[in-house]
Amino acid sequence: MSHDEFQVHRAKILTPSFWVLLTLTLIGFALIAVRFIWGIGAVSNMNDGYPWGIWITYDVATGTAIACGGYAVAILVYIRNKMHYHPLIRSAVLTSLFGYGLAGLSVMVDVGRPWNAYNFFIPSQWQINSAMFEVALCVMAYTTVLAIEFLPAVLSRLQQTNWNSARTFLDRHHGRFGLDTEIILAKLEKLRQWALWVQPKLDKVLIFIIVLGITLPTMHQSSLGSLMLIASTKLHPLWHTGFLPLLFLINCLFIGYSIAILESIISSYAFKRPFESEQLTGLASITPYLTTIWLSVMVGDLIWRGQLGNALSLDFYSGFFLLEFGLVASGSIILLFRRNRQSMRWLFVTAVLIVLGGALYRFNVYLIGFNPGQGWRYFPSLAELMITVGIVAFEILAYKVLVKLFPVLPRLHGHEEPASVKA
Amino acid sequence: MGGKSRRDFLKLAGLAGAGLVAAPALAVAGSSTSGPNDEELGMLYDATKCVGCKACMAACKRVNGDYNALAYEQAQFDPDMLWDAPKDLTGSTRTIIKLFKESPKEWSYVKYSCMHCQKPSCVSVCPVAAMVKDKITGIVDYKKNACIGCRYCQVACAYNIPKFQWDKALPQIVKCDLCKNTFLKSNGTSACADACPTNAIMFGKRKNLLAEAKKRLTEHPRQYVNHIYGEYELGGTNHLYLSALPIKKLGLPELQKDAPAEFSEKIQHTIYKGFIAPVALYGTLCFIAVRNMKKQESDHQSKGDQPHEP
Amino acid sequence: MSMTGRLFGGGISRRDFIKTCVAATAVMGLPFGLASKVAAAAQAPDRPPVIWLHFQECTGCSESLLRANHPTPATLLLEMISLDYHETLMAGSGHQAEKSLHDSMKANFGKYILIVEGAIPTKENGIYCKVGGKTALESLRSAAAGAAAVISIGTCASFGGIQAAAPNPTGAVGVKDIIKDKPIINIPGCPPSPYNLLSTVLYYLTFKKLPELDQLGRPKFAYGRRIHEHCERRPHFDAGRFAKAYGHPTHAEGYCLYKLGCKGPATYANCSVQRFNDVGVWPVSVGHPCIGCTEPDIMFTMTIADKVQIHEPTPFDSYAPVDLKEQGTGASPLTTGLLGLAAGAALGAGAMMARKLPDGEQSAEQTEEESHGRKE
Repeated sequence: MSHDEFQVHRAKILTPSFWVLLTLTLIGFALIAVRFIWGIGAVSNMNDGYPWGIWITYDVATGTAIACGGYAVAILVYIRNKMHYHPLIRSAVLTSLFGYGLAGLSVMVDVGRPWNAYNFFIPSQWQINSAMFEVALCVMAYTTVLAIEFLPAVLSRLQQTNWNSARTFLDRHHGRFGLDTEIILAKLEKLRQWALWVQPKLDKVLIFIIVLGITLPTMHQSSLGSLMLIASTKLHPLWHTGFLPLLFLINCLFIGYSIAILESIISSYAFKRPFESEQLTGLASITPYLTTIWLSVMVGDLIWRGQLGNALSLDFYSGFFLLEFGLVASGSIILLFRRNRQSMRWLFVTAVLIVLGGALYRFNVYLIGFNPGQGWRYFPSLAELMITVGIVAFEILAYKVLVKLFPVLPRLHGHEEPASVKA
Repeated sequence: MGGKSRRDFLKLAGLAGAGLVAAPALAVAGSSTSGPNDEELGMLYDATKCVGCKACMAACKRVNGDYNALAYEQAQFDPDMLWDAPKDLTGSTRTIIKLFKESPKEWSYVKYSCMHCQKPSCVSVCPVAAMVKDKITGIVDYKKNACIGCRYCQVACAYNIPKFQWDKALPQIVKCDLCKNTFLKSNGTSACADACPTNAIMFGKRKNLLAEAKKRLTEHPRQYVNHIYGEYELGGTNHLYLSALPIKKLGLPELQKDAPAEFSEKIQHTIYKGFIAPVALYGTLCFIAVRNMKKQESDHQSKGDQPHEP
Repeated sequence: MSMTGRLFGGGISRRDFIKTCVAATAVMGLPFGLASKVAAAAQAPDRPPVIWLHFQECTGCSESLLRANHPTPATLLLEMISLDYHETLMAGSGHQAEKSLHDSMKANFGKYILIVEGAIPTKENGIYCKVGGKTALESLRSAAAGAAAVISIGTCASFGGIQAAAPNPTGAVGVKDIIKDKPIINIPGCPPSPYNLLSTVLYYLTFKKLPELDQLGRPKFAYGRRIHEHCERRPHFDAGRFAKAYGHPTHAEGYCLYKLGCKGPATYANCSVQRFNDVGVWPVSVGHPCIGCTEPDIMFTMTIADKVQIHEPTPFDSYAPVDLKEQGTGASPLTTGLLGLAAGAALGAGAMMARKLPDGEQSAEQTEEESHGRKE
């Protein structure tokens, strides 16, 4: 079976950064336990004026946009037929899977009555007027789709293994857990056979699932914008517009491409691999188009609604608007020059600028531009932030472990695989 | 980027965004013409008649069993925490009497509780139909067994009415249900209206309440600000207010006539009408992707390469 | 026998005297330690002359003073002043009585206290009330001319009372509407608590000055707070439990009488604290709403069943203000500090990384060589 585009990154798993991330993860999960025992108020500063805090704003609204790398690259590869970007897809899909899965986890921490979530699957409870209903179903479906999209990596790994490490482990602990080595190995072998059997079947339908994985984010990323349409009296007029769904959709696309660039550069840097310069330069030439459309829709809409003066008034809200606008615009302008698109340094800097600007837009819509009146105020508490940090740390941790277990990263051409650590 | 790819790109952008662009324009163009349903039940609160005795608050807590938060918020004068003195509507306070006092002459009481909108935002946004509006009585009620606790209703409510029990492991949303589940069944009125010693709270059908409010405005024009709050606010509410002071001073927001739910639902419905747009998008994308894949395979075969793994 | 014993004869014991002085001290809102000073003042040999005039009235105020179950305050009051003229209590009558009035006014000119009971008719030169051939208006003016101070006892003398109720056929008014150049103390009530008169007089005797008055001329020590604030039924008001009708179980249970028209929330008086007849009763305690007799705007202008508007909320009401200024928790220094550190670290790491990244176009080989070099 050929999987010549991807390879397992052979390196030590238990690095120092692993332990740091693990500590942060454990702190976060301990605080989550506190939240479930003593209520949300015990860890969070959220209140009746700001019922959505950092968890929804960052983990869900912004986190899923950052997790749109998979979506953005999939559009490029499968719809625009740019197959030479295909090497980027698995790592993008994996980060998307984590981004969405952990957004889902955050939601389960954030909602007050998670045991009632089964109501999403009971048609009599469906409330099709609600953007939230649409977002919830789409995010659940998309997480499943992403898991299926990632399945080929797992399957190919399964097919190649000879269970040596498992055999060593079981031999060492022989009889200790009442485990019979041979029975377990036989079962594992069955799993390998199943992987061999299911792979071709999956390959046939995979393209339809991949396209589903493009349709679903289109739907729910726009609906993430629609969520705030109802808050017409609370969301500052700079951001409250009927174009919220469109702005959110374009926003997630350019964040997605920029994140794909960042991810690639950072993982190449961190894993000491060569940069995928050609693909990155190509990706970077797309973002300015998207940001230009986005900024034009935004400005055009502000003019149409007569809010331009508000945007330039240099008050608190205007400041954040201009910051968000400036970050995205400056990143895009730098990218307009061909030379900058070919420099890893500038690619990195612009991607950071655009991701920050795009993420700030989502913060502005969900938190900074949101004012419920009656003197309400909100700033996340330390515990609340630590839960988010813990979840993000878990995300990075799992990514770092999984790329070392499954063929995710692009194959290095013209080089032998680095000395194998262990099969 | 080559010319071809740019064309492809624009095609795609157009496809994905067509519904989205059209939606706001449509939403702005038309708004609902159906007027409020005056047969629904509601309450008329006359701030000039209220004496601030808080009998309504006590009655409300009594019938709803909201006892568990005695001294949920401590009053400054009460270090022993013996008095239940909420500062605002809370997870154990469905109605509250507040005081606006500017000077000895400029003052008014005000009662907060659910406005029972004609087109409630909370009902529109609840993903699992845990907020429901009764078709006949128009009462906006909360179903705790459906609620997932996402608090979107709190975000959506322009009056900041639904409250969440932040300090509980098994929290609920708390808001006035016009005693639908408690006092109304046996007494035909709400507990607060029943308890009010001065008839500052009148319970009844919206048409009767509106008629009474208009009568009071014509009979005592100097006593009131000439405005029935709730008659048109956000598409009309079933809880109406009369007051001697401008409503904004009483802490209630000044609002437009259109319900925000009309606006958001119109956009959402335009995008998802009959689920046609998503299905069409999926179909088109499938077509493009499969065509691309076939082309890829034939290219590879002609070159003698291995077929591409998706 | 002590001087006190002589003073009061068999009418009052030393024990009762001290008790009454302590009560009066308390009514005045003075500290307990001052009771001895008050008692000393009450026994002072120089008894101030008092002239007590009656006009349009029912003598209820005098009666309430005299017919108290335990006549201590009345006895004490009458013993510590020199009551030179009081139409109900005088032994003499006719010209004899008139003479004593004139003698006293002449002898004590500028020194005597004038107590007025009843309203003064003013219509048609006040012909509706005459004593000894003189109209009330003339009597009052001549008596007030030589008075050190005037005490209007009862609502009629203070504000006109029932005589002044609409349509007020006799044009009745209170003392303060006629006498403008003398200090006037109003002790309204229908009838007023005898302790309020006693305490006012004792205050004057003890401190040689008039007590502090509110804007209606009432001593603040007695009329400084609303009945509502110290009403024994107040908890029922706060809890929203109201008597629905006279004789209804809620009435028998002692629920708040507000719904029946109690004017307590708008009536300034100490009835709910001092009570009447020395046995601890007052209207509200026996099931009748306060009728607001100390308030010119309430009694005889509102009906008894009317509910009064509560103008100024008092503690314990403690209403939450409409504008809560700030709600929710803001940024804590620790959180913002850590967040700032984290952001700074991220920015620094980003900048460091950007510096290390290659600038300019590079072929794949170069990059790979570099990375390969780093690996080794």
